[in-house]
Amino acid sequence: MITYPFDYKRASSIAEAVSMLAGGGKALSGGHSLIPSMKLRLNMPDTLVDVGRIPELKGISMDGDELVIGGGSTHAEIADSQLVKEKLSLFAEGAAHIGDPAVRNRGTIGGSLAHADPSADWPALVLAANATIVVTGSNGERSIPATDFFTGLFSTALHEDELITQVRVPVSAGSKSTYQKFAQPASRYALVGCAIVKQADGQVSVAFSGVSDTPFRDTDVEGNLNSGQEPGPVGRGQSIMSDNFASEKYRVHLASVYLQRALEAVA
Amino acid sequence: MQVEINVNGKARKAEVEDRTLLVYFLRDTLQLTGTHVGCDTSSCGACTVHLDGGAVKSCTLLAAQADGCSVTTIEGLAIQDTPTTMQLHPLQEGFKECHGLQCGYCTPGMIMTAADLLKRNPTPSEEEIRFALEGNICRCTGYHNIVKSIQWAATHTTKPEPNQQEEPIDADKHLFTNDVTTGEVVETH
Repeated sequence: MITYPFDYKRASSIAEAVSMLAGGGKALSGGHSLIPSMKLRLNMPDTLVDVGRIPELKGISMDGDELVIGGGSTHAEIADSQLVKEKLSLFAEGAAHIGDPAVRNRGTIGGSLAHADPSADWPALVLAANATIVVTGSNGERSIPATDFFTGLFSTALHEDELITQVRVPVSAGSKSTYQKFAQPASRYALVGCAIVKQADGQVSVAFSGVSDTPFRDTDVEGNLNSGQEPGPVGRGQSIMSDNFASEKYRVHLASVYLQRALEAVA
Repeated sequence: MQVEINVNGKARKAEVEDRTLLVYFLRDTLQLTGTHVGCDTSSCGACTVHLDGGAVKSCTLLAAQADGCSVTTIEGLAIQDTPTTMQLHPLQEGFKECHGLQCGYCTPGMIMTAADLLKRNPTPSEEEIRFALEGNICRCTGYHNIVKSIQWAATHTTKPEPNQQEEPIDADKHLFTNDVTTGEVVETH
């Protein structure tokens, strides 16, 4: 149960949601990150603005060379989408790893990104795929590269009144990709999640969820791999997490194991 | 706020607190206690119900989010085949036939998750069944028989199909609300 009272409002358009959010409160999409955190009082918004029924936030389509995913698309919609499977199999594969079937039926890509749980799966996926996160707020629309989006533990570049409306991902022919994950057995969150995109020319981008308190692109590993060397240590310069499920040392070790598996999958 | 949710084919209307979770609306307001609360963190799946035809964890959904939607609970799976008798859903028969439960706490969630699976994939492999159950936890260590029960249901298609509970019905014919003084659910025409 949620142990404190709050107000629930439902928005029927992006414009209405933004104007409601400008008055205070937090956007509620599928609620599968936000509601659990409210039960623990890690989040205590006094108003929830339900954006889960806004038609403009739904839908997956191609726009030129970019795959455009509405922020309100559920993990299941993305995992099952024929278009995503054809154009960006990394996202279909990654979405199918999230939680369990019931969680995937409700949780959304926009909600997960905004929540920015360091152990969620989407952060590594959008980072490795060089996605752009499109947001709308009182001051209009702006596009944030995924590499600038995650600013810390549960922290993003989003302003209070901004809503994630789209995730745009460049699609390039001939690329290979994979998402390798070691899931926490009960919660299904990533103890380590490693996403790799390998372009047709062999250049790789490597991103991790679950390892650091901020999801990150491992530029050291990328630099080594892209100059033909061994990957080297994972997570250098990052604030590696340590908890009762996995110590810092164990996490870094797991990360290098999962990096190897990912590299073998795209070899 | 006032919510109106079609539960097991009947329109149920009630005044709830904005923070009310769907599972408590079902259990406390409507007295449909077949849906269980286990972990309350969307890990265990004991609270699984169908929302507009898909399996969801009702402990992680506000009743307000289900306003205007259709919900099917374990109570809505069996079919009233005559005015006085019920025909169990093949999954319920399967769990009975294959000893798919010990304490029974996880069973409603297991069955609702399996019903969603069989709707999308009527002939799942054992691996697909186990993968579909990854969000449902049994602590009596009964997974083998749960999987067998679902396989039993998948191969016993001669049983009548359950009612299509998700179909919208005319709300005016069965309008329920909770009585403000007693809290009991009453039909209001």
